[in-house]
Amino acid sequence: MGAIDAVGVAKRYRLDRKREVTALEGVDLEVGQNEFVALVGPSGCGKSTFLYMVGGFLEVSEGRILINGAPVRGPGPDRGIVFQHFALFPWLTVRRNVLYGLEERRIALDERHRIARELIALVGLAGFEEAYPKQLSGGMKQRVAIARTLALDPEILLMDEPFGALDAQTREMMQEELLRIWGVRKKTVLFVTHDVREAVYLADRVAVMTARPGKIKALIDTRHDRSQGAVALMASPEFARRANEIWELVREEALAAQRLEARSGDLGRPSQP
Amino acid sequence: MWLAACARYAPLLLVAAGWELAVLSGAISPNFLPRFSAVIETLWELLRSFELPGEVGISLLRQSIGFGLAVVFGVAVGVAMARLRLVDRALRPLVTLCYPVPVVALFPVLVLMVGLDDRLQVIVILLGSILPTIVSSFNAARGVDQYLIWSARNLGTSSRRTLWKIVIPAALPEILSGIRTSLAFSFVLLVAAEQLGADRGIGAFALRAGQNGFYPGMFAAILTIGLMGFAADRIYLALMRWMLRWQEQE
Repeated sequence: MGAIDAVGVAKRYRLDRKREVTALEGVDLEVGQNEFVALVGPSGCGKSTFLYMVGGFLEVSEGRILINGAPVRGPGPDRGIVFQHFALFPWLTVRRNVLYGLEERRIALDERHRIARELIALVGLAGFEEAYPKQLSGGMKQRVAIARTLALDPEILLMDEPFGALDAQTREMMQEELLRIWGVRKKTVLFVTHDVREAVYLADRVAVMTARPGKIKALIDTRHDRSQGAVALMASPEFARRANEIWELVREEALAAQRLEARSGDLGRPSQP
Repeated sequence: MWLAACARYAPLLLVAAGWELAVLSGAISPNFLPRFSAVIETLWELLRSFELPGEVGISLLRQSIGFGLAVVFGVAVGVAMARLRLVDRALRPLVTLCYPVPVVALFPVLVLMVGLDDRLQVIVILLGSILPTIVSSFNAARGVDQYLIWSARNLGTSSRRTLWKIVIPAALPEILSGIRTSLAFSFVLLVAAEQLGADRGIGAFALRAGQNGFYPGMFAAILTIGLMGFAADRIYLALMRWMLRWQEQE
C-alpha cells in the first residue's frame, strides 16, 4: 500500500445536456511513502485535474483514490497543496499567511508562533514577516505558499506547477530550495509540471501522461546520485539520456493532443476551475 | 501643496470667475443669476446663523440611516446570493426585476404609503442604494479566485467558514468601490426626496429659497449639497484606502 493509491480513476465533465468530456480515464498510480513522483504530459491532459482529485477539491467520476488506504473525502490537512499562482491571501502579511492553517486548527498560541518562525526561516524569508504579498517577488510569494502549506506538517505535498509562473533563474533556485527543504522534512510529493528537465531533476520517478483522456503512459525511474550537486548532475550523460527519453514520450502525446484538438475544434477542452 | 491644490481646482476657480464676470458685465441679469460673490456671502451668513448647518444635519442623518441600512443589507444579500444557491434562487428574480426600475418612478407610491415625513427620505435612499450595492457585492463575491478558497479549505477552513475567512476579504476591494458609486447616488436621492415636500433638510431649503425668490440662498444651498457629496466621497475614499492598504496599487 502506498501513500497515494489511484485505481482506475476517471474524470468526466458535462459540457451541456448532451455532450461530456473525458479528461482522465483509467489512471492507475501508486506513490510510495516519502517518494517524489513528478507527473508530466501535454497541456490539457488532465494532470492538474488528477492532482486536484487527490487533494479532494474535485470528485472522481470513476475509480478511487486512497490515501494510506482510506478513500479521499474532501480536502484534508494530511495533503498540503501548493498552486502555480501561489494563492496567498493578499490581505494577510507573510506571518499571518503562514499562521493561517495553524489558527484554523487551533494550535496553541506559542506553538503556532514557534512553527511560523521556524518555517519562515526555513524558506529564507526571515525579516519579511510583516510584508504583504504585494511587496514580494514571485519567487518569494511561492516560498510563503510553501511555508504556509508546510506549517500543518502534511504527510503528502501536492504541487501544481509550483514554479511555472517564475522566471528561469528563480525557478532553478526554487528547485534546489525544494530539494533542500524536502531533505529536511521528508514527505511524499506529487509534483505536476510540464517541464521535463525539472521533473527528471527533482523526482524519484516520472509518470508520463497521454493526451486527453489522460492516463499513465509510462513510469520512469529517475533516482540519481545528487552528491555531486545540481550542475554536475544536469551535465551528466545519464541525466540527458533520461530527459530525452521522457521528452520523446511527452512529444508523441503533445502531437496526439494537437491532432485531437484539430479534429474537435476547441470544444471539449475541460474547463479548468 | 497649496499650489498643487490651486492647480487642481483651477477649472472650478475659472467657472466661478466666469460666473462673476458674466453677471457683473450685464451679460446675465442678476435677476436670473446672483453674483458668485453674493452667493458666497449668503452662504457665510447662513452658516453663521446656524440656519444651514441645522438643515445639513437633518439631511445627513437621513442619508446616514438610509445609506447605512442599504450597505449592511445590500452587501449581506449580494454576498449570500453569490455563495448560497437557495438565497440566489429566492432573490434573483426580484433583484433582476427591480434593478432597472428607477426609485423616482416609485415616488408617488411611496408618498401615498409613508407620507412626507423623515421615513420617506430614508426609504428612498435605502431603496435607491441597496440594489446597486447588492449587484456589485454579488459580482464581487462571484469573482473570488477559486484557488484562494481551495487553499483555505486545504488549511482546514470549513466550506461554510470560507464565506467569512476568504470570500468577504477577497471581494472587499470590489464591494467597496461599488459602495462608493452608491454613495454618490445617495446624495442625488436625498435631495430629490427632500424636494417632494419635506419641511426640513438642505434639499427642502433649496426648493423653498427658490420659491420665495431668495436666489442667493438657493444657490448657497446647492453649493452646500455639492460640498456635502464631495466631502463624503473624500472621507469614504480615505477609509477605503486604509481598509485596502494590503492591496496592490495599479
